[in-house]
Amino acid sequence: MALLKIKFTQQRRVHLAQGLWLLSWMAVMWGGVIFCLGVYLKTELLRRAEVMDNTEIHVVPNILMMVGLASIGTNWVASRVCQDSLDPTRFPRWKVPLLAWFAQLLYLCPLSLYCQVGLRNGIRFYKDTDVPGRCFQKETIDRLQMEFRCCGNNNFKDWFEVQWVSNRYLDFTSKDVKDRIRSNVDNRYLLDGVPFSCCNPTSPRPCLRYHLTDNNAHFNYDYQSEELNLYSRGCRQALTDYYMELMNSTGPGVLSVILIQSLTMGLRYLQTAVETAMVLEDPEGDSEGYLLEKGVKETIEDLKINALTMLKFGQVDPNAAEGSSEVADAEKDEKDAPPSPAS
Amino acid sequence: MPFMPVKFNLQKRVKLAQGLWMIYWLSVIVGILLFSLGIFFKIELRKRSEMMDNNESHLVPNLLILVGLLACGVNAFGGKVCHDSLDPIKFAKWKPMLKPFLLLCCGFNALLLLTALLCFLMQFAVYLTLAEGLKNSIKFYKDTDTPGRCFMKRTLDLTQIEFRCCGNNNFRDWFEVQWISNRYLDMSNDLVKDRVLSNVEGKYLMDSVPFSCCNPGSPRPCIQHHLTNNSAHYDYDHRIEELNIWTRGCREALFSYFSSMMTSIGTCVLLVFLSVDMAGLKYLTTALETMEDPENPECESDGWLLEKGVKETFGDLLAKLKTLGKTNQVVEGGDAPEAAN
Repeated sequence: MALLKIKFTQQRRVHLAQGLWLLSWMAVMWGGVIFCLGVYLKTELLRRAEVMDNTEIHVVPNILMMVGLASIGTNWVASRVCQDSLDPTRFPRWKVPLLAWFAQLLYLCPLSLYCQVGLRNGIRFYKDTDVPGRCFQKETIDRLQMEFRCCGNNNFKDWFEVQWVSNRYLDFTSKDVKDRIRSNVDNRYLLDGVPFSCCNPTSPRPCLRYHLTDNNAHFNYDYQSEELNLYSRGCRQALTDYYMELMNSTGPGVLSVILIQSLTMGLRYLQTAVETAMVLEDPEGDSEGYLLEKGVKETIEDLKINALTMLKFGQVDPNAAEGSSEVADAEKDEKDAPPSPAS
Repeated sequence: MPFMPVKFNLQKRVKLAQGLWMIYWLSVIVGILLFSLGIFFKIELRKRSEMMDNNESHLVPNLLILVGLLACGVNAFGGKVCHDSLDPIKFAKWKPMLKPFLLLCCGFNALLLLTALLCFLMQFAVYLTLAEGLKNSIKFYKDTDTPGRCFMKRTLDLTQIEFRCCGNNNFRDWFEVQWISNRYLDMSNDLVKDRVLSNVEGKYLMDSVPFSCCNPGSPRPCIQHHLTNNSAHYDYDHRIEELNIWTRGCREALFSYFSSMMTSIGTCVLLVFLSVDMAGLKYLTTALETMEDPENPECESDGWLLEKGVKETFGDLLAKLKTLGKTNQVVEGGDAPEAAN
């Protein structure tokens, strides 16, 4: 008593094969897209590697690339199977690879979970910079602030606590400089000013970046109520938002790969229909396709028996060759079934 | 005596049909590419239209969109004809449409050439519009309270940051313009009054530039104000200081961006050039027509580009046009005979 039997005429088999072929090629292309998405995410993370706190976040693009490649490979095999399915001489050679194919569904499920885990993890970005004034770091931070429209770690006041003007450009004979340096314990030149990259272009007023806390230093300026002059967002927040958005958008992409794997069911029907037709020695005639040859319970019983036999082989003679590959593959996936008697 | 005859057997005909089919479908893809390039170009022009005084001509992108759509249509039709060409029944229904189709291809080729030419020539127009537009942008930089110009400051700042440029020709353009609005100037301050009185038009001019001119690659925090005054900053010489602000002018930066875009689009247009397709289709159709025994697909046939020589064909064309003219004179509304190809 087979599971979910459907009758297939030659015409229906042909249509099924064609439809599945098209679907598997679309899945190959989609796998390519996912792979490219993974590569893009990885390059974006590598570009900002200087301000990243850890490398665990690279797990997500690595998974994406793996899933993309795996999808391309397996769906290419599926399309070849579909192409050969209506040719009785070429179809039998796909029997073993098909069973292995059905087993690949196993790895997709934990992968999707892993992706979700990666997304939910708290991502720590933006390593606290220590001593600005170094060439590369200044340019990196400036470009970062301009591109992400942010200023400082949490807000622009972070710049007040750090010496961001190199000593090379300070006139130590000037009284003002000497006062500032002596005014704090670490002898740093601190000022209530920010770099130009904090300036907000949408401000109607030309950017004010020095003497920010001194209302009298600028005409018609109130430090408390001025909002548009500088970027108000901190770079940690900006980067986090950006990468979370990027990774959230890849989530549905990966899930859709798994959805397309639903062509597995169609492929199973095609395989059983063609094999039944070959058994009846009438490749052009009607045949039945099914998901499982026997009912669910009986299939599981069979699997258990096969597994035990394999284990017994293992116990008695560990050097004996493992059972046939069909037995090895039929483990947890309920869509796996023992091969038809025609094999 | 036919022009450039070639002998065809079944094998050659099949190969020609397949090759042509492939070329036609590739051309469809290039047509789609042209269409999307046209849209991209249109969007870019719109984005920068403030820099060009909202005066820019959209002729080239509109033409590109049209050409892209036409290319798709024409090449898809050609592909279908090739696909059906080896089946005599299907091919018979396409036969009457072939001559007008080849004429259409001719006209389309001319349009393609025109588009490519425009892509290369309109760059001058873009240059001129940019020069004018940028001058005005700098003038209106401070007018953030004037309706219609309130985003000029933001646009110009973002443009200077994105294209790494400063001013129209160079940063000194900012010295000749008041780029700080009077709203933010303390008119009671002596310094301000001096500056305003120091020039004829009463503008507050200074040797400073906006922050968007700053170069992040400079090792030194950006110096925007008192640029020509060496003693205003420690260890600063404005003549040898190179990295502090962008030295390139925005007109040059924007122009090189647009000109490279237009050159590559023009090259792409030339790729769609259909003469190879036309020649191939002509050979295929003539080869199919001259089959001595239509029932036997294996027979040989001749294909050619022109039925008679080049001179004779032109002579025929001219004669036909003359008769056409004469017919119109004697009897109005006479049917125009098909021009021999």
